[in-house]
Amino acid sequence: MEFTFDNNIPIYIQLLEYMKIYLISGVFKCGEKLPSVRELSGLFKVNPNTMQKALAELESTSLIYTERTYGKYVTEDRELIEKLKDEYANTLAKSYFEGMKRIGLGKADSIKYLEGIDE
Amino acid sequence: MNNMELLEIKNLRKTFDGKEILKDINLSITGGKIIGLLGKNGAGKTTLIKLINDLLTPTDGEILINGKKIGVQTKKVVSYLPERTYLNKQMRVSEVIDYFSDFYDNFNADKAKRILEDLDLDTDSRLSKMSKGMQEKVQLVLVMSRSADLYILDEPLGGVDPATRDYILDTILSNFNENASVIISTHLISDIERILDEVIFIDKGRIILQSDADKLRKSENASIDEIFRRMFRC
Repeated sequence: MEFTFDNNIPIYIQLLEYMKIYLISGVFKCGEKLPSVRELSGLFKVNPNTMQKALAELESTSLIYTERTYGKYVTEDRELIEKLKDEYANTLAKSYFEGMKRIGLGKADSIKYLEGIDE
Repeated sequence: MNNMELLEIKNLRKTFDGKEILKDINLSITGGKIIGLLGKNGAGKTTLIKLINDLLTPTDGEILINGKKIGVQTKKVVSYLPERTYLNKQMRVSEVIDYFSDFYDNFNADKAKRILEDLDLDTDSRLSKMSKGMQEKVQLVLVMSRSADLYILDEPLGGVDPATRDYILDTILSNFNENASVIISTHLISDIERILDEVIFIDKGRIILQSDADKLRKSENASIDEIFRRMFRC
């Protein structure tokens, strides 16, 4: 996969977003060991120091933790991940309704459109 | 990560024919970082780089690498990619590899060969027979295959296509070790800024700014390229 970065936003913040989505979607599962900083920076094609910074931020929100000398792991707290997923889902839903509102459609109509979408 | 000063420049001045090209440069760089030396054409980037490589003599001031004055000892730990090639283009890639092996104790020929193999490059071909982009790749691979403390790349992206540019950035990222630092000089900021830890702005022979790249983006809400353009609008 190709990752794109917007130069106007700190790169570590964009990495943080990518990582959160990986945690929510279960690419990195609860309690699982994360790849090393080197491997992750290779995956995203970013500077390892920037990757390290993103991981430090992730750790400060307890989504991941460091097992001394063994590496970094995803939290075992499933609720924490669910909460994050819920936040993201809410934001996405809100932005959908806001967009529909701009073209004059209310909530009920917007939901109809959602139901009409084939997955 | 290494916090000792890898490169320290104190009150450095350089004049040519009475004209001051570099004015009172003070810089300090620690290990483990990728640093962008950013400035317009003629800002003094290449002069500064040549001074660090002992190819020019300072008019005033001093340059220390790992605490030592520049000279034979420091040249061993600095791997330099000049803006213009110094290689004889009639040489074959295999000959250039031998040449580097003879010249530098810390050159890893196997590593260079391995990376060049991934490029599907025939090491029997002469440099002169290769595209400009391929020549640039070969030289970068050679420079990055030395195990040095400081890599200095002068305009490594000059005139290459986007695919080659991505290859060059990936090569830099995957080959720098955590104690070494890489200084990349360029005026093509947007192409390179995502891999930089730190940026140094140089203009009219002076260092205008030295900052962490992401901190600068955050405080100015803009890309490094945009911040640079705002500062030096002509």
